[in-house]
Amino acid sequence: MKKLSLIFTLLICLLLCSCGEQRAKKVVNVYNWGEYISDGSEGSLDANAAFEEYYYETYGEKIDVIYTTYASNEDMYAKLKSGASGYDVVIPSDYMIARLIEEDMLEKIDFSNIPNYANISDDFRGLYYDPNDEYSIPYTYGMVGVIYNSTVVDESDTGKWDLMWNEKYSGRILQFNNSRDAFGTAMYKLGIDVNTTDVGEWRTALEELKKQQPVVQGYVMDEIFNKMESGEASVSAYYAGDYLCMIENNEDLAFYYPTDDEGNYATNLFVDAYCIPKGAANKELAEIYINYMLSEEPAIANAEYIYYASPNSAVYDSEVYIEDMGEEAMDILYPEGFNFHDNYNKMSYHNLDSDTLSLVNNLWEELKISSATGETVYILAVAIIVGLVAYAVFHALRKRKRAKYY
Amino acid sequence: MKALSKVYTAIIFLILYAPIAVMVLFSFNSSNSTGVFTGFSTYWYKELFNDPATLSALKNTLILAVLSSCIATLIGTVAAVGISKLKSKYTQNTITTVTNIPMMNPDIVTGISMMLLFVFVSTTLGMSQSLSFSTVLIAHITFNLPYVILSVTPKIRQMDKHLTEAAMDLGCTPFQAFCKVELPAIIPGIISGFIMAFTLSLDDFVISYFTTGNGFETLPIRIYSMTKKRVTPDMYALSTLIFIAVLVLLILSNIAQGDGNKKKARARK
Repeated sequence: MKKLSLIFTLLICLLLCSCGEQRAKKVVNVYNWGEYISDGSEGSLDANAAFEEYYYETYGEKIDVIYTTYASNEDMYAKLKSGASGYDVVIPSDYMIARLIEEDMLEKIDFSNIPNYANISDDFRGLYYDPNDEYSIPYTYGMVGVIYNSTVVDESDTGKWDLMWNEKYSGRILQFNNSRDAFGTAMYKLGIDVNTTDVGEWRTALEELKKQQPVVQGYVMDEIFNKMESGEASVSAYYAGDYLCMIENNEDLAFYYPTDDEGNYATNLFVDAYCIPKGAANKELAEIYINYMLSEEPAIANAEYIYYASPNSAVYDSEVYIEDMGEEAMDILYPEGFNFHDNYNKMSYHNLDSDTLSLVNNLWEELKISSATGETVYILAVAIIVGLVAYAVFHALRKRKRAKYY
Repeated sequence: MKALSKVYTAIIFLILYAPIAVMVLFSFNSSNSTGVFTGFSTYWYKELFNDPATLSALKNTLILAVLSSCIATLIGTVAAVGISKLKSKYTQNTITTVTNIPMMNPDIVTGISMMLLFVFVSTTLGMSQSLSFSTVLIAHITFNLPYVILSVTPKIRQMDKHLTEAAMDLGCTPFQAFCKVELPAIIPGIISGFIMAFTLSLDDFVISYFTTGNGFETLPIRIYSMTKKRVTPDMYALSTLIFIAVLVLLILSNIAQGDGNKKKARARK
């Protein structure tokens, strides 16, 4: 028996030690969105493997890119906040970067290690989430637009957000299944500032969404791909880059950026950017990694893989890239004469304060509850639970009674 | 009535297997759409085997499932035997209930509490990296344990206790009696516990998500994180292959069991 327990302890020690051994080799820990880097599929460049090779050739040492993925900014935030991270490079979206900076969770980047930062267009300097350009380097950006099926929707109905409220297409319209984006569509339509803290304005937006409810087929996120490609739905708002994916499977789809009454763009813009979390163990390697990713070959490979617009001049000025994407895609991703900097600071979502955030969540619940089930489900659930409890009590009582007699 | 029962069975099977059938169908799609079937091709299967990230996620998942279910089976069996040997019925019941609680706990509670524990322990010990492969492994063993105990305990109860006493009467040491009499009697329970632990560990997402460190990505985590863009059809190809593998295993184990039963029946004659 003693032997057994000895073996056990040894095994456990071995397991605990195994995490220590890994650190002997040079590594850089990258935490990115899923499907958000060129991974070598379909004949593309495997960007991480290419970096490992590049590092070996330049510095004569082997390095491992440890690459893991997340599904949302909030998932990533939870992981970082737990203090368990150990990540060297993360790629959050703009509003999340603002929050991370506010909570002192990011490291200042040493730009002297990243000469390729010069490739980033001036349009992307001094954006609201990182006004002094200390913590982040843009990776991709994009704009929300309206996708519609040109065989169903009349050309004359397009151009504004009104299309998503149009009763002619009742039951064929898809709305975002996330509070910020859904409210956004209503607020851009009404010309309300999407970062307002005014309760009344949020209420007005909610009323607009309630008005839309009877014509909406469903509240969805990535199911949009299926529904639009198969023709099950005809109108939805989504990201320009994703529209380019959909059109490969359904040529009838068309796209536009909604404008307000004066003809200015009125829609959400986002930026995802490289950051280095506080306490990163391999900060310098992280900077080398980011610098490499900004260079021409991997940057083009990533931009072609992700299909979102790139802030990198080595990409959007590259002839290879322009040819690969095609004219139509370039027009959509990089609309002509579009001043990104000003539009971005005017229209994008900022990080809301906690009061407004909980208000938005409550309003969203109000919308969803009135749409989906009504109160019957709750009443039914309570009835079932009460029934079960009553049965259990009855059973116990009967048992006790019987025990008395026999 | 008979026709009705047949229809009912058919409907149940349809509901159970239609999603899998659709997935298998779309794994052979020539485009990356999941809504439109554009033509037959094995393109996504080729893609799958050229995708190192997915393959390493698969490898991680399998290593984790095998290790955690083996260790959980070992600890769980020992625990079940130990619980059954307790003298007081009251302690026995209490311990069984306590081991069952994690099973009813929502995964998210288990996951977050485990993460907090690991982070707390590692910061007090001053380790630089708190979450790693070992923490997921520990978490998986923990949530697998109750299932193993649950499937082994009834087998011990069914067993005739006098057999062990008889064996010791005839000169076995307690350890020998355990190996020669008790173990063969409870082995079906151990195997079903192992299989259950293995499958649970294979498809767990929530607990793995919170307890895994950087660099150790399991398949469920990888697939889930694809929802920012879209799940690529090579995942359908992979799921199809896993489904077929599991199906073959199940059929084989059923055949083996059938043979074993026949042999037993013959031996009895």
